[in-house]
Amino acid sequence: MLNLTATELLQKQAAGDLTAETIALAYLQRLRETEPRVQAFLTVDDADVLAQAKAIDARRRRGEPLGRLAGVPVALKDVLCVKGQRTTCGSKILRNFVPPYDAHVVTQLRAADAVLIGKTNCDEFAMGSSTENSAYQITHNPWGHERTPGGSSGGSAAAVAAGQAPLSLGTDTGGSIRQPASFCGIVGLKPTYGRVSRFGLVAYGSSLDQIGPFAHDTRDAALLLEVIAGHDPRDSTCVNQTVPEYTRMLDQKLAPLTIGVANEYFGEGLDPEIEQFVRDALKVYERLGATIKPIALPHSPYSIATYYLVATAEASGNLARYDGVHFGHRAETFTGLIDMMKKSRGEGFGTEVKRRIMLGTYALSSGYIDAYYLKALKVRRLIRQDFDRAFADCDVIVGPTSPTAAFKIGEKVSDPLAMYLSDIYTISANLAGIPGISVPCGFTKAGLPIGLQILAAPFAEEKMLRVAHMYERETAWHTRRAGV
Amino acid sequence: MSHRIIIGLEVHVQLLTKTKLFCGCSTQFGLPPNSATCPVCCGMPGTLPVMNRQAFRLSIEAAVALNCTIAPFTKWDRKNYFYPDLPKNYQISQYDLPFSSNGSLEIETSAGSRTIGIIRAHLEEDAGKMLHDENAGRNDSLVDLNRTGTPLLEIVSQPEMETAEEAKAYLEAIRLLLREIGVSDCEMQEGSLRCDANVNLHVAQPDGSFVATPIIEVKNLNTIRGVERALNYEVDRQAAELERNLESGYWQIDTSRPGKFRDYNIVPIAERRADGTLRPVSKATAGWDERIGRTEVQRRKEEASDYRYFPEPDLVPVTVDETLLAQIRQELGELPAAQNARLQSQYGLTAYDAGVLSRQGRAFVAYFEIVANRCGDAKEACNWIINDLLSTLNERKLDIKLCPLPAESLGDLIREIKAIGLNKQRAREVYADMIDTGESVKQVIDRKGFKPVTDDNQLLELVRKAIAANSKAVADFKKGKTKAADAIKGFVMRETKGMANTETVQRLLLEELAKV
Ligand SMILES: [Zn+2]
Repeated sequence: MLNLTATELLQKQAAGDLTAETIALAYLQRLRETEPRVQAFLTVDDADVLAQAKAIDARRRRGEPLGRLAGVPVALKDVLCVKGQRTTCGSKILRNFVPPYDAHVVTQLRAADAVLIGKTNCDEFAMGSSTENSAYQITHNPWGHERTPGGSSGGSAAAVAAGQAPLSLGTDTGGSIRQPASFCGIVGLKPTYGRVSRFGLVAYGSSLDQIGPFAHDTRDAALLLEVIAGHDPRDSTCVNQTVPEYTRMLDQKLAPLTIGVANEYFGEGLDPEIEQFVRDALKVYERLGATIKPIALPHSPYSIATYYLVATAEASGNLARYDGVHFGHRAETFTGLIDMMKKSRGEGFGTEVKRRIMLGTYALSSGYIDAYYLKALKVRRLIRQDFDRAFADCDVIVGPTSPTAAFKIGEKVSDPLAMYLSDIYTISANLAGIPGISVPCGFTKAGLPIGLQILAAPFAEEKMLRVAHMYERETAWHTRRAGV
Repeated sequence: MSHRIIIGLEVHVQLLTKTKLFCGCSTQFGLPPNSATCPVCCGMPGTLPVMNRQAFRLSIEAAVALNCTIAPFTKWDRKNYFYPDLPKNYQISQYDLPFSSNGSLEIETSAGSRTIGIIRAHLEEDAGKMLHDENAGRNDSLVDLNRTGTPLLEIVSQPEMETAEEAKAYLEAIRLLLREIGVSDCEMQEGSLRCDANVNLHVAQPDGSFVATPIIEVKNLNTIRGVERALNYEVDRQAAELERNLESGYWQIDTSRPGKFRDYNIVPIAERRADGTLRPVSKATAGWDERIGRTEVQRRKEEASDYRYFPEPDLVPVTVDETLLAQIRQELGELPAAQNARLQSQYGLTAYDAGVLSRQGRAFVAYFEIVANRCGDAKEACNWIINDLLSTLNERKLDIKLCPLPAESLGDLIREIKAIGLNKQRAREVYADMIDTGESVKQVIDRKGFKPVTDDNQLLELVRKAIAANSKAVADFKKGKTKAADAIKGFVMRETKGMANTETVQRLLLEELAKV
């Protein structure tokens, strides 16, 4: 049962072969067995999970209409607020924070009768690419115990890859869904900025953050996106635009299909093994009748620098509220207000978070803002223009999700710049606000998954999913399961 | 040394919306602490602001009324600073693209009227309040977040006011204008109108240039009268401080940094440090202590605060289209300055009278206009309203909208007074009775028996009777004391309960006295 997709779990419940309770029990059992090695979850409340499942079964027995995800367990990255449940953001400073509200995506999941199975580990405040920056635990890659699952949504990716949940939600500010999806051999999708409400997502870089699904295949990802996307008046940046039925159109091949390939995504630093699998994937598309067209993204070399100015500047404001006054950790001993704020923040935040707050504060400071933050905004516009131009000539842009497969735990913790480079192919999509998906496209000789990134124009998720699905139907990479 | 006073005001007004700027909480004043709060205005993690469209509309109305240019595109910015009454530790405000700029406001002082420039008006969220609990030896600070997120309009004037009286007039004009158009109730006591005043002096030098004293920003101004007093105090203090510090050599005129202000040259002050070097004296803030009537200068800041403004990513920019602006302009109606001018041109009122009326607000002017049109004598209508009606309202603490005497009735009264030649004393009796009983002027006059004596024969009879009864006064009159006639006239008026036409009585009396 644990190898089934969400779509299959729904079919089996409808046919009476499975109940939400048996599904929940099986996943909880799997969680108990694998969690000592994977450590994907920060919070799991077995009783609450079973109660949700039983309530859905009861409603099914009474013949009541049920939602699109009835009885399907979904894990949530611990930056998404769940009413009455601890939401830590992987940080000590929010160790005891219990939000009095549900994030919009949680409301949507509840309305779809999904079973919320638990909160997953992540880099502190989603700042990182390996989930090693969590204040609580290190999550291991189900494909290699000594490897990271990627990050920052490493817990959500590992949970699906380890069969602890068929679906999960992560957040993507610079690649935090797509990179862990590629590291863990599953599908991860970052929607267009404004496609999914950010209400109840604890902010890192507000103009970049988006919530998106992890799943075993594109159909499940499309289904989960359909549930969480849509207008929410509580998020002013959430666009009021009809959500297409992604699942209904999924099987329709896109023809004609022009795939843009950017030289910038095949440059120095790309593992040759990865490059080979990505080139093979392009051949699959060619075989399917697609035209491969070289495109240029001339400003992409500046994307990492731009990202680390824009995201950190916004973060320096977003994280200012954790000062020990209103909520979050407060230092035990202090003398006066300023000392209390300093000590609370000093004790509550980890190294990477402090580094980014410092960087962002510096980039905004008088005398530096022109050279750093405002310059970054200009480059951001140029990066967006690159994509506008590119998408005038092609339907999607295809390349590697990450330059390497999952790296070893501890390998990059002392070298932040090397860590930042693992997001080199994903970051510009956030700066441009466009959607992107990572789908499994092979395995290294060491047995580690490789991800293929497909990028599309704003709000072209439907096209992007159809293109991804075309590849998925020709290959079996997505059917492989990690043996934890 | 003669000096020029340079005053600029930063005024904050809370807008009259039911709910806060970025959430649905109530803006009502005086609710129990922290009862009007929600996760959004408490800045809880994961919450997002959503702009209150009514607040934005009200602030455009205010800016249009202040003759500002409205930007077609405006955005929000974060102003970053740590303070416990600001739960997010940043304030959502407007930095480089405020929704309005470049306006003006007409003010009225004893010296006449003047136009004061307005640099900009922008919208922002208010902060909460800190309360210090020092009861029973405690030293706790408490925070009340009810006010957090209340829409606040900041209006920044040009440094164009030259006296404390002008600053006071500017505040009064803003208060009247914003109350009139229903944008704010402008209650300084409740904090819905707040003011910080920037003031310094330009002191004339023999060479024709001016020495500028360091700018002081006076805070904690809780009444309009307080603003005037604080500025007067601060002007004297700065003049004395300059003289003292120049004399002692602690301050020096810094000719190395000349500047220009309007059309003349200014030079700043530098202070001598312990090592003998000079450094500029920076702007400082001062608190006004209303009780002892003094400003207290706080420590001068070494450098300006760095608020690290950047565009608020949680809100989208706002565009304002011409249709909305046209609609707002149309609905604003006549503003106090225009009204004042019209009262003078249309009704021939003096600038003083027109000022008194328009300062009372639109409803009051409307009342006046009904009275004036009904009785046909604008000047008399204005006198009655300013002298009698205003004191009635003040005594009873009533708004014009709850006036116990309908404007039509007052118009009838004034017309009747003229028609039957009722004297002021009798007229006031009728006025008071009309208010007390709600009767019409005719009813009151009938009941009181204030029938005019129009029969000349009857009056002649009375005049003769008066001459007979006042032989002493008659004798005095004959000796040339013309004033003595008044006593005889008074007799006639008493006999007629004041209902005789005084001019007729006067004429008849003089005729009869001539015969004596
Ligand atoms: Zn609120």
